[in-house]
Amino acid sequence: MKTDVLVIGAGAAGMAAAIAAAKRNLKVVIAERDEITGGILNQCIHNGFGLHYFREELTGPEYAERFREQLSRYTGSIEVLTDCHVLKLDRNKKALLVSPKNVFELEAKVVVYAAGARERPFGSLMIPGDRPSGIFTAGVAQRLMNIDNRKVGRRALIVGSGDIGMIMARRLTLEGIEVVGVVERLPYPGGLLRNVIQCLKDFNIPLYLSSTVVEVKGSERLEEVVVARVDEQFRPIPGTEKSFKVDTLVLSVGLIPQVEMLNGLVTLDKRTRGIACSNTGQSSNEWIFAAGNCTAVFDLVDYVTKEGERAGEYASRYVNGERFSLGVPIVPGENVMLTFPNYYNDVDDLTLYLRCKKPMEKALLKVGGFEKTFEDLIPSEMIVVKIPKQKLSNLDRIEVKLEEV
Amino acid sequence: MRVAVIGAGVVGSLIARELCKYDVEVLLIEKNLDVGWGVTKANSAILHAGYDDPVGSVRARFCSVGNAMYTELSRELDFEIKRTGSYVLAFNDEETAVLHKLLVQGEKNGVPNLSIHDRETILSREPRINPEVKMGLWAPTAGITEPWMVAIAAVENALENGLKLFLNEEVVDFEKQGNRIVGVITNKQVHRVDVVINAAGLFADEIAKLAGAEYVPLHPRKGQYILLDKKLGNTVRSVIFPTPTEKSKGILVLPTIDGGLLLGPTAEDLPSDRKNDLTTTNEGIQSVKDFVLKLVPEIDFSLVVKTFAGLRPESPQKDFFIGKSEIVPNFVNAMAMRSPGLTAAPAIAKYIAEEVLQQQMRLNLTTKKGFKPERKGIRKYAELSLEEWQRAVKENPSAGRMICFCNEVTEAEIVEAIRRGARTLDGVKFRTRAMFGRCQGGFCMSKILKILERELKTDASQIVLKSPNSWVVDGKVRE
Repeated sequence: MKTDVLVIGAGAAGMAAAIAAAKRNLKVVIAERDEITGGILNQCIHNGFGLHYFREELTGPEYAERFREQLSRYTGSIEVLTDCHVLKLDRNKKALLVSPKNVFELEAKVVVYAAGARERPFGSLMIPGDRPSGIFTAGVAQRLMNIDNRKVGRRALIVGSGDIGMIMARRLTLEGIEVVGVVERLPYPGGLLRNVIQCLKDFNIPLYLSSTVVEVKGSERLEEVVVARVDEQFRPIPGTEKSFKVDTLVLSVGLIPQVEMLNGLVTLDKRTRGIACSNTGQSSNEWIFAAGNCTAVFDLVDYVTKEGERAGEYASRYVNGERFSLGVPIVPGENVMLTFPNYYNDVDDLTLYLRCKKPMEKALLKVGGFEKTFEDLIPSEMIVVKIPKQKLSNLDRIEVKLEEV
Repeated sequence: MRVAVIGAGVVGSLIARELCKYDVEVLLIEKNLDVGWGVTKANSAILHAGYDDPVGSVRARFCSVGNAMYTELSRELDFEIKRTGSYVLAFNDEETAVLHKLLVQGEKNGVPNLSIHDRETILSREPRINPEVKMGLWAPTAGITEPWMVAIAAVENALENGLKLFLNEEVVDFEKQGNRIVGVITNKQVHRVDVVINAAGLFADEIAKLAGAEYVPLHPRKGQYILLDKKLGNTVRSVIFPTPTEKSKGILVLPTIDGGLLLGPTAEDLPSDRKNDLTTTNEGIQSVKDFVLKLVPEIDFSLVVKTFAGLRPESPQKDFFIGKSEIVPNFVNAMAMRSPGLTAAPAIAKYIAEEVLQQQMRLNLTTKKGFKPERKGIRKYAELSLEEWQRAVKENPSAGRMICFCNEVTEAEIVEAIRRGARTLDGVKFRTRAMFGRCQGGFCMSKILKILERELKTDASQIVLKSPNSWVVDGKVRE
């Protein structure tokens, strides 16, 4: 089987990429390993999606539905394969697809990789203690509650004040599961401020900052979680232990871009740990484009959609014979933890995403000849800025700096 | 004649399977919900070559023989082994002297093809090893396996040959007539028996005490481990040991059968009342990290998949305690199966059937006609050729539904695991490797829960992780 564009993953990025390619009259196959398209949006039944992209507030499923509907308008050019896992992709642009209908090879002229991220599992945290049931990553707990209609426990502690962690704290509370607190290693919340208020404060859920789990107990089901305060180096401070009798622990401790399938085909960025891309969405391998959380973990699905559209557009132009250089490297400088994209070529202006390293009241962003002042910066909120290409000309590397003001 | 084997770890399972070759009724009684879940579930998974055991010890008698038996056994029972070979590394003259002693000891123990390699040879085979290495003892017969798979495979095959398996059933006492045992009393029933074989792992001393038979006191020796991502799977090709000390073989670096990297274990002696203590500790995990860096200086610990602990049964004699009881004439011990228990197990099973039961106890065991020695493992679809897989999917669409993406396990494999006896999440995990990979079930656990629910015609709230009270989910959010 052959196609112009193979999109791997039908979450927000993949759906946007497929639609963008179909608009340019290309033949698109989009492969989704779940039973339906939409990706993680399907289980995000809370609202807050689409404020940037649609200028209205939608739930995750509603947001997904809008794109699902668009996909269906292109039935002539987009073939949607659900329950279909891409097992391999080789150097000759051949993919091996596996589904209950068939196992087959598909040859594509270009690939848009949009496989999203996975959650950092409990095991990787090396937390001492027992290995009981009742420990879930936030996404798994969310899926069990919202898709599978299952309560995950009776009394819970949440670890990690990222957005998913806080949203799950509220979700569990609303369904009658007592949430005794949210534990955060950093001295400030890990997610958006609006979630601190709407998910924790409004429900009187305590937030324990500068704290970490030092032990889990329970030989069968979880019985107890011990939390301690940490010093600046995140080392637990002896004597500050506090015990919570809970049967459920929900972890929201980070997302890791899913890149393993492209092992050996593309280079990764060591900061984002995702696929290194230029502002066209192109990876180090010219026929592989990537978008969404497999490149860098984004705060908002709206950004992911935008990047998916961009990758879809440039991938289509690639099929139509245009060639792009990767461009010059974009390098995180002073006070900058990471950036996306990782390279820039001057085919267009640059939409730059970055995270600061530490909370800052006021900082001056400097990128090439571009400067802009920002206030109230925190690492958990991405800065997004559009930089005209004129400000970035004649550079052999683009350093991104945040000077504290 | 009825023989009851107590304990379905790798030792008990292989004994039970061995006895199924004869015209006897074999009962296998296990207190856990599945086979291979005690000592067998968490150890280094190594087939030791056999140079490490003191000449004349029971360990030495069975280790290299057992090691050799694994080639045929793994073929018959269709579980994986890899003959990776092993190195014991020496970093100074003192340690080099120990290597020479081990070489001599190994040769006396009948270990084939041992040799001492110099630094250059070692580094050419194992380039990631600390270049300060001086010498290494190379044992080509050493290898790795999945210990629980050995137990699962042996029990599946034994069931095919008439075994009666009793899971979730704990032996609480024995009924005796004079010195002889006539009944095994469990928390559920009484089994009438003619012979009892005690392979109860860490609890074998307590079982022997209940029976009024000889025993050696057992205490748990904890081993903590770090499992790393498959990305690090080719860090080493063989099992890398430090020079052993009096106490243990030390903390190792080794590949796992499914391509990961395993570091550990610690050797922490616990009092005998902590036989269920499977907790990991900061100190333990830190000591593993610190130690392995001396063997392999660069290991990316950001790729840790999980940390866990296992317990191995240790006795003051530091040796196996195997044989017929002098006090209880129909009671046989297979106890104190510390390292290299896994390696020795097939040889011990054969010894108990042929020498202990037939010769020493003069039991007339006749060979069973129609014993089927072979068992097929669960078909791994992702390992098939494209054409074979296509055919399989046409016959059974679930062979094309990928459930575990990390380890490429299809729905068909999970259904088959349930058909073969998996009743819990861990039961599925240890039979299929689903949930064993880098996401640790993040993507597939909820799907597997639903498949268990469907196949077992039960409610998800009734499905447990690994033990009766390890429930996974509660009731429904909405009725």
